[in-house]
Amino acid sequence: MSEPRTPVSEEDLHAAADGNLQPDRRATIDAHLARDPEAAAEVDAWRRQNEALHALFDRVAAEPVPTQLRPANLRAPRLRPATIALRAAAAVALLLAGGLAGWLGHERYGDGTAPQLAILAREAVMAHRVYSVEVRHPVEVRAEEAHLVNWLSRRLEHRVNAPDLGAAGWKLVGGRLLPAQTGPAAQFMYESPDGERLTLYIRTNRTSDTTQFRVVEDNGFTAFYWLDGPLGYALIGKASREKMIGVANAVYERLTP
Amino acid sequence: MRTVLSFDARLEEHIPGLRRYAYALVRDRERADDLVQDCLARALSRRHLWRPGNLRAWLFRILHNVYVNDVARAAIRPDATALDAVTEPSIEASQDDVVYLRRVATRLAELPADQREVLLLVGLEGFAYEEAARVLGVPVGTVMSRLSRGRRRLRELLADTSTTTLRRVK
Repeated sequence: MSEPRTPVSEEDLHAAADGNLQPDRRATIDAHLARDPEAAAEVDAWRRQNEALHALFDRVAAEPVPTQLRPANLRAPRLRPATIALRAAAAVALLLAGGLAGWLGHERYGDGTAPQLAILAREAVMAHRVYSVEVRHPVEVRAEEAHLVNWLSRRLEHRVNAPDLGAAGWKLVGGRLLPAQTGPAAQFMYESPDGERLTLYIRTNRTSDTTQFRVVEDNGFTAFYWLDGPLGYALIGKASREKMIGVANAVYERLTP
Repeated sequence: MRTVLSFDARLEEHIPGLRRYAYALVRDRERADDLVQDCLARALSRRHLWRPGNLRAWLFRILHNVYVNDVARAAIRPDATALDAVTEPSIEASQDDVVYLRRVATRLAELPADQREVLLLVGLEGFAYEEAARVLGVPVGTVMSRLSRGRRRLRELLADTSTTTLRRVK
């Protein structure tokens, strides 16, 4: 294979510049470069490009890793309490200034994402307000009925789940199908031993975008909401923000495979 | 007894390289670290999807996807505008070298993003061509053609400033 007439490919020239030539190719390529000054100059220029990239950027890799990028600090990636508190404060301030949609307009997501988020949050909060006060018919299908999750998954055309929040003291009551702007939406309702309720609202996400957690407080309700690929989620309750952060964390962990 | 590193510990080994790549790609410190943070958060939440093998390539693949989404999301924002921090190269460099390196940095930012990514994965991060193809989710032939176009274009661009005057005379 290494006789001089073996054609020299473009890949060989790159491999020469990158220092990845197979040992049995090296003699052939060296001989080729010795005969072809233009190719040799090209390979040399490419090698110098690589050196320049290292000279420019290696210092970034040599720096200590910033603490916020340490895996231990990323365990609950979308929910760092400091950020949440700040966001919540900002949300409240902006809500006073211009309402939910106005606040969402400040988000940096372009195109359809910001409106999707705004509508998601609005629908979810409204559904919560309507059904969480319902005494006799809070849900359409009780949690005990095995088909609850399958039925809602089929209607949303996506696998949805009612995460088990028992450890956090919330028991699944059941769920219902709701009309959303994007089509069918699912609402799961949970209840605490003292009768507090929270709902998880799930609908399809047209933008297929994935966003960070958002939080908004509205009339005493705290809503966490986010987009995760094909689905958008919102978790709404009246519990304190701290308590809600804990639940939102648990929901997120169980929903994100 | 062989020490088995935890997933976190193995992840941590790759963070410096991810930061270097992200910074070289977007040339904006904050945005680069945001991309790395998103990448790591996804890696942690999807760790069960990782099959023992090339963790580094897997992480770079996630970072690539995060970058692509970020570019799409912020299409208005120019891809590489911050030409600031290129003032202190990593190595002891003479004045000529500094000028040359700044030009490389500027010209690199002018390359199409897909070519720049391949140049950086191969030339800076040392990925084999097949690995770079896996990172980018394209056939290896695509990597080779982007590499060829990117390297040739960068060479032309670098040669260009010195010949601009001559061309103008014509």
